Amino acid sequence: MSVTDIQQTGRLKSFLKDQLRNIAPVFTLLALVIFFSVASSSFFSVVNFMNILSQISITAIIAVGLTYVILTAEIDLSVAAIANAVGITIAFFTMQPDYVNIANLPLPGIIAIVLTLLTALAFGLITAFGVTWIGIPSFIMTLAIMQIANGVSALLVRGQIAYSYPDLITMLGSGSIFGIRWTIIVAILFLGIGHLVLTYTRFGRYIYMTGGNREAAEYSGVNVKFIIGSVMVISAVCSGIAGMLAVAYFGSAQQNQFDTYLLDAIAAVVVGGTSLFGGRGGIGNTIIGLLVLGVLNNGLDHIQIDSFLKILIRGLILLSALIINVYAQRLKESE
Amino acid sequence: MTAQSLSGGGLPPLLQLSNVSKSFGGIAALKDVDMTLQAGEIHGLVGENGAGKSTTMKIIAGVYHDYDGEMRIDGTKVHFRSAREALAAGIGMVHQELSTVPDLTVAENVFLGHQPLTKMGTVDWARINKEATRLIASLGLDIDPRTRMGSLPVGLQQLVELSRVLFSGARIIILDEPTSALSPPEVKRLFDVLRKIKADGRGIIFISHFLDDVLEISDTVTVFRNGKKVATEAAATLTKDAVISHMIGRGSIGMHMGESAELTGDDSKPVVLAAEAISDGRQLRDVSLKLRAGEITGVYGFMGCGQIELARALFGKTRIKHGRFLLNGAQKSFKSTAAARGEGIAFVPENRRMMLFRTEPVYKNISIAILDRIHRLLLKPKAERDIAGTRAKDLQIRPPNPNMMLGSLSGGNQQKVALAKWLTHLPKVLILSEPTRGMDVGAKEDVIRIVKDLRDRGVAILVLSTEPETILTLADRVSVLRKGMVAKEFNSGTIHKADLLAAA
Repeated sequence: MSVTDIQQTGRLKSFLKDQLRNIAPVFTLLALVIFFSVASSSFFSVVNFMNILSQISITAIIAVGLTYVILTAEIDLSVAAIANAVGITIAFFTMQPDYVNIANLPLPGIIAIVLTLLTALAFGLITAFGVTWIGIPSFIMTLAIMQIANGVSALLVRGQIAYSYPDLITMLGSGSIFGIRWTIIVAILFLGIGHLVLTYTRFGRYIYMTGGNREAAEYSGVNVKFIIGSVMVISAVCSGIAGMLAVAYFGSAQQNQFDTYLLDAIAAVVVGGTSLFGGRGGIGNTIIGLLVLGVLNNGLDHIQIDSFLKILIRGLILLSALIINVYAQRLKESE
Repeated sequence: MTAQSLSGGGLPPLLQLSNVSKSFGGIAALKDVDMTLQAGEIHGLVGENGAGKSTTMKIIAGVYHDYDGEMRIDGTKVHFRSAREALAAGIGMVHQELSTVPDLTVAENVFLGHQPLTKMGTVDWARINKEATRLIASLGLDIDPRTRMGSLPVGLQQLVELSRVLFSGARIIILDEPTSALSPPEVKRLFDVLRKIKADGRGIIFISHFLDDVLEISDTVTVFRNGKKVATEAAATLTKDAVISHMIGRGSIGMHMGESAELTGDDSKPVVLAAEAISDGRQLRDVSLKLRAGEITGVYGFMGCGQIELARALFGKTRIKHGRFLLNGAQKSFKSTAAARGEGIAFVPENRRMMLFRTEPVYKNISIAILDRIHRLLLKPKAERDIAGTRAKDLQIRPPNPNMMLGSLSGGNQQKVALAKWLTHLPKVLILSEPTRGMDVGAKEDVIRIVKDLRDRGVAILVLSTEPETILTLADRVSVLRKGMVAKEFNSGTIHKADLLAAA
């Protein structure tokens, strides 16, 4: 009797240990929702909930690709810069109003979109080549790509602002259907497909195993370089698509308009509980992480608070998420 | 320090161990060991893996301090509490794995940790370089102290490390496998240096598996077996055969499992994988090997002989510089482990951690190598669990639950899981590095049974080990690897452990 008790407490303990990275973000989310609902009368409503979803939709698309990258224990710091460059590229290939002073190259909508997607793909392929073939750590490689993408943005707009995009992009970025913004639908689509691929395909399993123990994956005959190269490409393409929709969502395409997205996307993945050491977590975690960030950003606007303090609060939330992330990893390894 | 007369002369010995015993968790690793090192003596220390050499050295070097017995230096009783104390008492050690810093200069390496300072408190580079030159020249070497350490060949790096130990004031110098990575001329140069050091009145303990080297350089040789000292004799009166029989015990030859084997190499069996004169530019030199269907080829050699590199080259983990591989007669180059796996080659490395996922369930550990065979795109977890369940039953993995976390299995069962991942679709070639190391008897027998069964089903198997027993128990033919080259091949007839030790 007592032995079973001990076994059961042991099992419960090990379950809690195992699930800490999944449980902590959910509790954080619940706590934030309850706090803001009490602190502000305008927070808890369907309209505001849709607001939040809309506000996190662009970050969500970026975060899908970033989840893949972080699951393999790599990092991609170029996501926001690629989103920026690709968003500007789509505008560059579109006829702009007369008052926009950009030497651009107007093309039919569909060709513009394909060319722009190829730009995103090219960024990803260069990163993949540098990380896998040459062997540059992803941290540094994507830092270089970030600068290169910023350079592309700067050269294409030269300090100007562009406003026009192909119709499809304008619709998806700024339109709605049945009162729901298309960006939300696209984000849900990306999260859903991202989850299915990770959970139900061989490729997804290889990503987890590569992140869990890269050497073991290699000794099991997994083409680790291909897996890591692929996630870098997927991340760049997700960022690119997010960038295209975002310029329509913002209503303008210009330099430096994605500054907060890098930190937000990384924060969403990590706050959600995906391990920075790879192999643990997933899109489910990222969804919770996105909601935590979305609720936090939105909620702080609903209560009377110094807007400069908000930046500090976001930093503190990220720090606590990092602590839980590393702590959960240690618990797992000490088993 | 002045030169002293060799051995004795009324002076107490430089180092003396009396009745030293040490046990780990109730299991005796060292039993009543006596050993004496005189000033101006080179004392060879030999024995099989696990005979007690390392434990003895760690006691002398202050790494282990809870031992029984007595240790004296210059006749004064000492009991070191830490490696630092041993160092301060004049005990210096050069490990098989060098601890030099490749990106610093030779001089910086010599003075690592105690650089002389100028009056200004900055590092006195002029003095470092001058002193280092003097120290290195005193060993009869000609190395520019400003050379980057990493650009020197291993033999010279080792001598620089030796200079550092000398500079730190060591009078008792322990060398662990100093010749394992050296070419014959480098060995000769090392021996010249050692003779100079010994003439200074210092004492040297020379630990090695290379018996020829030990007999050549030592004045006295001590042999360990199963935690006991079994012999101390003057090197001049010893032969290699005599040392080997001390090491493995007289009269026991052929008496125990794994002491000898009847080889049954059959040249009519088809060659599946042939390595022809492969070199990796570092460890392996012109290694040729033929793996035949339905045969177990054993590769025996000491630690660092190139086995690890050979296994990795065959599995596409590392690339070879020269030579070629033939798989069923067709030339192949394995660009990645995935490519090697695709060609039907399977590998279980010596360290289980290298190929297992501790925090994943058993079934994912087993299915990882065959996912593409189960389905091209979508996973089928049920099929994976079924396959894992079947393997667990075949290999008697305990408990036979495919959903268990791998990390909660015992070591022997983890090793079986590592094997299990290659057994659903029989590989053409199975490479096993140290397949039974560190396993309990029961698990060991299970693994031996499994490997022999695979051989009987036609798999070409390569077993690499530093343990002669493993090779003798499993192999149908044996190649002995020595410093990256095939030193000897045994294809038929009876061979004894002594033959392997003598050839390596």
